[in-house]
Amino acid sequence: MSMHRREFLQVLAAAAAAGMALDAPELLAAPGGATAERFYDVPRFGNVHLLHFTDCHAQLLPVWFREPSVNFGVGKAAGQVPHLVGERLLKAFGIQPGSIEAHAFTYLDFEQAARTYGRIGGFAHLATLVKRLRAGRPNALLLDGGDTWQGSATALWTQGQDMVDAAKLLGVDMMSAHWEFTLGHERVRQLVDNDLKGRIEFLAQNVKTADFDDPVFAPYAMREMNGVKVAVIGQAFPYTPIANPRWMMPDWSFGIRDEDMQKTVSEARAKGAQVVVVLSHNGMDVDLKMASRVTGIDAILGGHTHDGVPQPVIVKNATGQTLVTNAGSNGKFLGVLDFQVSGGRVRDFRYKLLPVFANLLPADGDMAAHIEKVRAPYVDKLGEKLAVSEGLLYRRGNFNGSWDQVILDAMIEVRGADIAFSPGFRWGTSILPGEAITFEHVMDQTAITYPTSTLTTLTGAQIKAILEDVGDNLFNPDPYYQQGGDMVRVGGMTYACDPAAAMGNRIQDMRLNDKPLAADKSYKVAGWAPVAEGVTGEPIWEVVARWLRDQKTVRPRQLNAPRLIGMDGNAGIA
Amino acid sequence: MDLMRRTLLKGMGSTGVLAAALAAGVLRPTQVFAADWNKAAFEAKDFAGALKGIGVGSTAESKDLLLTAPEIAENGAVVSVTVVSKIPATSSISVFVEKNPMPLSAHFQFANGALPEARVNLKMGQTSLVKVVAMANGKAYMTQKEVKVTMGGCGG
Repeated sequence: MSMHRREFLQVLAAAAAAGMALDAPELLAAPGGATAERFYDVPRFGNVHLLHFTDCHAQLLPVWFREPSVNFGVGKAAGQVPHLVGERLLKAFGIQPGSIEAHAFTYLDFEQAARTYGRIGGFAHLATLVKRLRAGRPNALLLDGGDTWQGSATALWTQGQDMVDAAKLLGVDMMSAHWEFTLGHERVRQLVDNDLKGRIEFLAQNVKTADFDDPVFAPYAMREMNGVKVAVIGQAFPYTPIANPRWMMPDWSFGIRDEDMQKTVSEARAKGAQVVVVLSHNGMDVDLKMASRVTGIDAILGGHTHDGVPQPVIVKNATGQTLVTNAGSNGKFLGVLDFQVSGGRVRDFRYKLLPVFANLLPADGDMAAHIEKVRAPYVDKLGEKLAVSEGLLYRRGNFNGSWDQVILDAMIEVRGADIAFSPGFRWGTSILPGEAITFEHVMDQTAITYPTSTLTTLTGAQIKAILEDVGDNLFNPDPYYQQGGDMVRVGGMTYACDPAAAMGNRIQDMRLNDKPLAADKSYKVAGWAPVAEGVTGEPIWEVVARWLRDQKTVRPRQLNAPRLIGMDGNAGIA
Repeated sequence: MDLMRRTLLKGMGSTGVLAAALAAGVLRPTQVFAADWNKAAFEAKDFAGALKGIGVGSTAESKDLLLTAPEIAENGAVVSVTVVSKIPATSSISVFVEKNPMPLSAHFQFANGALPEARVNLKMGQTSLVKVVAMANGKAYMTQKEVKVTMGGCGG
């Protein structure tokens, strides 16, 4: 039996497609295949070991998560990592189509492959994997890129406490942040100063007081690992007070702050750091640019843009090179970076982005008990079955996802609007056809601290200005002027989009019921997640839940996405 | 008193001290500029006019003029920018917001070897280039950066 594991898994996938019920651990342990242990057997390399996850969005339990089929780059980013989807991504990284890795990294055959390989992530399964890797990698550091305290009902209702306790149990050593700040600056301060104290370093070199530019958090932390001094610099999401409500962190200023990053790197080097890594929430395009400008960084371990990138991009700069990684989202992946350090500097590296398949990793008992305990008070509410989905529901994609279409359709019908806008968030789990949509699933898409749904009157000119503004945050050719996230989802009206055009010219041919929008005419527009302070109204999850209860069965959605101009052949579109 | 303030400002080396003095209310910007208020420059409606107002015809791009500004403003009403000139004998630094109704936002004069550094809070109504012009030995040097003013929301 010399069948390669990948080939074997392909056979399994084919068998599953033929209707056989499969159980992944049994199959992986079958003759000729690899055992689950072997799937996660990553040989130790070198003497400095970093484990990295990011953007788990508070998903404590295993979930479905479909990767995007539309994630294109414009300008220099066109056709480049991470703006590759589907077969183009597989080809770029030499991943066998139909394999378990192909399922982890792409949307291809999502439903069938998901049923074959099972759910991904879950902190109890991640904990088992972390323990296994740590056993073979003495003194390895576990780094959390942030977006950990937000994204689920329980994280919202416990103000992040469930996740803080889970991260401590998991053994996180250092973290940076983005959505954490939307718990409000006082809550962040309280958790950092008390719960995390002595356990998890909260790092952010780019968060300063708004008045005098004083540091708010430690910019970096230094640890000695196997005789090597390692510095980890934190970089919080630079545009938190812009993409999210500024009134929630009024005294803190963010920004990319290249110059400060360079100073911090130099300071760490001067203090003897032989390895310098940045734990970044910049987003991958910003990280790639930063790596080309700031020198002396060995690796930027990135997040925010939720790109599951199998191998680092190596960026050359004035004095050397920097590895740039991005480790996906929703608990789906754990990155393993090994450095061989000798003579005071990095000589070589190995990197693997391991998909966390819940069926291949037994749940860790302590973590499972913690999760059960934090969920117990809410189990009935979370488990309410609102409707059954006939189609696949997912969110990721530059312009729309079927889950967002559900939210848009619900807003238009419940609020009696002409047009609906829904934010282009990249978090949110998926639902397979035939599954019940529970209240917990709705919260997976909407659990934020500013969930107010709104109904406003906007003119055609204002609608155009909003779409142009958001479009520039996504498609500005200079990544430093992008905010991450995806295009605002639009319901009711249609439009065309030329992403490569200049701001002001990207949004074209806006129509409502086939008639062009008039610049001076008013339209009723439903939305949610206002960044302004003091907006009142029903939380979006109530609007969506009410609509779902009425529907009982949700038919597959017709995705409202713009007609794209000039994007033919882009490797970021399936 | 006025003379002392002027001397203090003209001789001041540290922008931090200047910022602190302004923030603490010791000095009000109107007082700072009261002594030699350049009405024509500050009230000019476009960049070319403002440049002319400070007596500059043409400028040369300089890498020794360092402008630190956010790529995207967190709050267009208060955009904090820092300017440092490494050009020898810099005698003044002017900060312009090209698309503001009156582009010249600040004009600093440095005398007696004062370190040419300044931090200023700009008010910006829309995305614009922030331009900085420094004078040294009668020559004008320039650098610029785009600062985006956005509605916000939707990230992440």
